[in-house]
Parts: sequence; C-alpha cells; structure tokens
Amino acid sequence: MQWPTLANALFPRGHTITERDDFLSGEAQVGDDVASATIAIIGTTGHAPIGVEIALAQATAILNTVRDHPGRAILILVDTQGQRLRHRDEMLGINSYMAHLGKCVELARRRGHKILALVYDQALSGGFITSGLMADACYALPDATIRVMGLPAMARITKVPEELLTELAKSNPVFAPGPENYLRMGGVRAIWDQAGGALATQLIEALNEPTAGDDRSALGLARGGRLLAQPVIAAVVAGGHVLAA
Amino acid sequence: METLNYRYENGTRTLAKNPQIVGVVGSGNLEVLIESAPLDGACTIEIKTAAVGFGAIWEAVMHDFHERWLLADARISINDMGATPAVVSLRLDQAVQTMLEDAR
Amino acid sequence: MSSYLELSARERLQQLFDPGSFEEFLPPSERVVSPHLAQLNAPVAFDDGVAVGRARLNGEFVYTAAQEGGFMGGAVGEVHGAKLVGLLQRAVLDNAPAVVLLLETGGVRLHEANAGLIAVSEVMRALLDARAAGIPVIVLIGGSNGAFGGMGIVARCANVVVMSEEGRLAMSGPEVIETANGVEEFDARDRALVWRTTGGKHRYLLGDCQMMSADSVAAFRQAALDAIAACAGGPVELTLEALEREQQLLAERLARFGAMADPADIWNSIGMADAQRVSMLDADAFVAAAAAHRLGAP
Repeated sequence: MQWPTLANALFPRGHTITERDDFLSGEAQVGDDVASATIAIIGTTGHAPIGVEIALAQATAILNTVRDHPGRAILILVDTQGQRLRHRDEMLGINSYMAHLGKCVELARRRGHKILALVYDQALSGGFITSGLMADACYALPDATIRVMGLPAMARITKVPEELLTELAKSNPVFAPGPENYLRMGGVRAIWDQAGGALATQLIEALNEPTAGDDRSALGLARGGRLLAQPVIAAVVAGGHVLAA
Repeated sequence: METLNYRYENGTRTLAKNPQIVGVVGSGNLEVLIESAPLDGACTIEIKTAAVGFGAIWEAVMHDFHERWLLADARISINDMGATPAVVSLRLDQAVQTMLEDAR
Repeated sequence: MSSYLELSARERLQQLFDPGSFEEFLPPSERVVSPHLAQLNAPVAFDDGVAVGRARLNGEFVYTAAQEGGFMGGAVGEVHGAKLVGLLQRAVLDNAPAVVLLLETGGVRLHEANAGLIAVSEVMRALLDARAAGIPVIVLIGGSNGAFGGMGIVARCANVVVMSEEGRLAMSGPEVIETANGVEEFDARDRALVWRTTGGKHRYLLGDCQMMSADSVAAFRQAALDAIAACAGGPVELTLEALEREQQLLAERLARFGAMADPADIWNSIGMADAQRVSMLDADAFVAAAAAHRLGAP
C-alpha cells in the first residue's frame, strides 16, 4: 500500500505527513468527537535502505517530540529493505546511529509516550530492529514482508543449500517471511485488517492499550511460535531448570 | 548428523560432583561435557557428529580412551564438528584432567 | 600474558574475573540447546554459544555473559538470546552492581532467522531496562569476530564500550557489503581498510568506543573495573540531555566526515595525521596520542 493511501485510511480526521528522501514525518489527528488527540508520525517509504541520514532523521524527530510535545503518542511507519550496505555508513558507525534511534525510542517510552509501529510494506532486519522492533507494540498489514534476509544470500552465508531453506520457508515460522510468522513468534502483536475504516479503528484501540514491558517472549510461547525463549529466560532468572512447554 | 553411543562396564575411577565442559563446537573441533552419573558403574559416551560414517574410527578412539582412564559412573556427551581422532582424544583427556583438577 | 583475542569465551571468564569465582546460570549440563539447528544438519552446543552467570571482580559480584565466537560465529539464536535476556533481567532483580558483557558475535544467527532477530531486539530492550534500573552495562569487544549486526547496535546501547585494537564494531560485515555492492565499494580482503573502518582505534577516535584496552586479559579486566568506576559518576539510565549530546555528536560527525572516502581522512581531519603511525601505536601510546584529538563526550 502506498503511504498516502495508508495515511488517509489511518487518519480520516487529517494529517500533515510529508515525505523527503524516503523519510516520512508529520502529525495526525486520531479519535472521535468525544476524544481526539494529535499523534506524531515518523517512518520510511520506498523500501528505503536505512543509512546514517535516515536513522538520524528519525531519531531527531523522536527527540523533538519528547522535547516539544510531552506525552504525545508516536507511530512509526515501516517500509525498508534493511540497513544500507555501504562502506561509508560503516565508517561513520551506522550501528551507533541505529542504537541512538533505539535509545531515543526507549527514552520516549520512559517519558510516557506510547510508541507503536506498523509494517505496511517491507521490513528487513537492520532497517527495522531499532524502529519497529523497539516500539511498545509492532503491527503489520496482511501483505507486509518481514524477514531477516533474502534466501539466496542466507544460503550463501550459512552454506545451507538454498533448496533446503526454500522448503523450510514454506512452513517453518523461523524462516518464512510473512507477518503471520512474526505474529506467532510474538514479534508482531497483531495483523491489521485493511478493509473499510478498520485501520483507523485498530489504531485507536492500539493507542488505548495499556503499555506493559517487553512481553514478546511470553507471547511467542502462548502462540506456539517460540517455545524455548520464555522458559529459558524464566530459568535463568529463577536459577532453575528449563520447564519446556 | 549422526548419533553414536558407547557404554563401558569395567571402570573403577569415579569422578567429582561438578560437571565440566571443554572445547568449542567449531569447524574441526568438538565440545566434551563430562559428568558424574549413577550408571551402575558404567561409563557412557554419546556423540553427536556432523561428520557422518566414521563409526569405526569413533569406536576405536572411545575404546582407547576408556582403556586409558577406566572411568566409572561417568557420563560423557560430545558435540562434534569434524574433529580428527587426535583432537577428539585430546579433548577427552582434557575433560578428564579438568575433572580431576577440580576435585583436588 | 594471555591474549584476550585467542582465548575461548569460558577461558576469558575464568581469567578475567577473580579466580574460581564464576557461577554459571543454566550451565551446559542442563543441555538447553537450539531447537532449530538440527533441521539444517548443523551441530548444537550445550550452552548455545554463550555462558551467563555472575563472577567476582575485586571481590564484588558482577553479572556477566561471554559469547563463544567459535560456535556459529557467536551469533544469536533463540536460546542464546534468551540467556542474555534472562541474565539482564536477573541482574535487575538481584540489584547487581554492574553487568559486563564479553561480546563476540556476527549478530542474528541466520540459521534461526526470525527467532534470532526478535531475540536480539529483546536483548536490546532488556539491556536498556537494566540501565533504567540503575545498573551500568559494560561491553568488552576484543574477539576475532568482533561485534557485528544487531549486536553491534546492542553494544552501543551500553554505558561503556571497551575495545582492543584487534576488536571490531560495526553493523554489516565487509564481505556482505562487497557481495552486495562490489569490491570497489568495500574490498573485504583489504585488512588494513577493514580495521581502519571498523576497528577499535577508529571507533575510539570517533567516540563510539569510550576505552581502549591492550589485547590481554589483565588489561580488559582493569578496563572493566575502570568502566564500572566511571559509571558511578553520573546517571546510568538514558537521559534527554545525554541523548541530545549524542545526537549533536552524530550530526556533526555526518556533517564533517560524510563526504570522506577513507577513515584515514577522518583521522587526518581531527589532527591524528599519518594513519600508518596511528596503527603502529600500542594501546597506551595510542590513547595518549589521541587524547587531544578524539571526539565524543569525555
């Protein structure tokens, strides 16, 4: 889905989102006649590769929101092909720019800002890990692609035959790229229905959900997609044995 | 992957309480976990290896190892990624030696 | 003197902390192995490549983890990541004086793809939760695999990053960049370039690494002690002021150096001329020479 169409569906009451060099930012109105609020939007489009500039732009927008609009909710719109693969970005320390973005999201959360993310097209590992995956909750559209890496590259690096990975990717949540798998594993809280006015309603519901800590490993266990993460965490914390599901 | 199991009955040397681990599961290497276990005096060795079809060699190496140490009530577990027999023997000996040092 | 680079994770734990003091949580005898590797015909490790627990540093218990670079490149899978999360959570519950992470990792374990990615994200959250609880997190980077991928991001969420010259800290490995964009973009076999771009000295000059260490266990031990002591002087949790300073540093870095082709150009620009000489200096001499020139908050 193109971001302007998405924005109109999410924000029937209006928005001021603009795009510059694949970086989205702006404000939007959410709510109804009884209660409405302004929320901040940041994100990417065009399957943007996340390099130092766009990571910094997102972080700047987050800190501006923390400083200028205390308590304002933030929605991160995700469409990325992953981190930019250039010598220059590594030289400048892209990992630091991404960490900085993640820390800004965390600071906003600590200061009472609700942070949601929506993968509306693509989300690949490094482009997503300190934006979408740092949110209080990450949502996805049904057609979204969420993955760590393309299968040919994965086959090359792991030396596992591509045919085997392709076969596993059909049914194994660990390899399959769809949002359903991230849902099962606890990485995505819910997949949003795109029909009619559903997007706007689901956004409001998500904004009204109380913010808990990071409960993704418990979700992954409950949904059957990650059976060991939560029991292992619990065993280390308690100093006991792993009680596998 | 292949799993191999061996059990030896005529050992006499028992081990200290704390499990020990030596080695790393990297290319050409292996890890050996050694523990004291109630096995009616036996020494059991379980090997999970990425190098398939070398059963006869493993058997010879394990046999020699047991003759060397004659462990009793000992459970040894191995994760192997293509180590040579020499490296396997070395790690097994290191595992036992670490156990003995710990007991002192 | 033991080279930190050449030791295994467990050897580093045995030798860096007070002798015999390491107590392991969920040790290998528990056999909590990866549930995903068998289907790829890959061998497992009984500790899934990371040892977590607590150990004494000058008599006081700190909470610690050491990644084994020799197993799967130290990369993070479901169990490995969960052990790190559990360690960080337990450090909070036990009110640990500090967490010291001995990182050596390629990042997300591709063999566990989605599970690995979510795991790294959970480690990031858990690390920041520990800081929010007032527990300083120190990262040591000195293994041959460096700290890459999502864990290169996690490293920069810590309070202090300590690196040896041999250590590397980055996001994407040179081979991945070369495969994607060609050898002219990044020649992965040009070792000098790789270390100029991602190595400890470059990161120290930029301000992404706060302390240099020689490649010895003793030096890393002292650096860990110094790092913990340095954290006692100010807030351990994230603050708006610190993030604003960092944002300014990163914006200036981009403005000043964004058009430069080689890290040596950056070093030149900040007054560390003669890249050849810089790379020859040992840790102490380098730190002394860099003092007047390096970037980053003091």
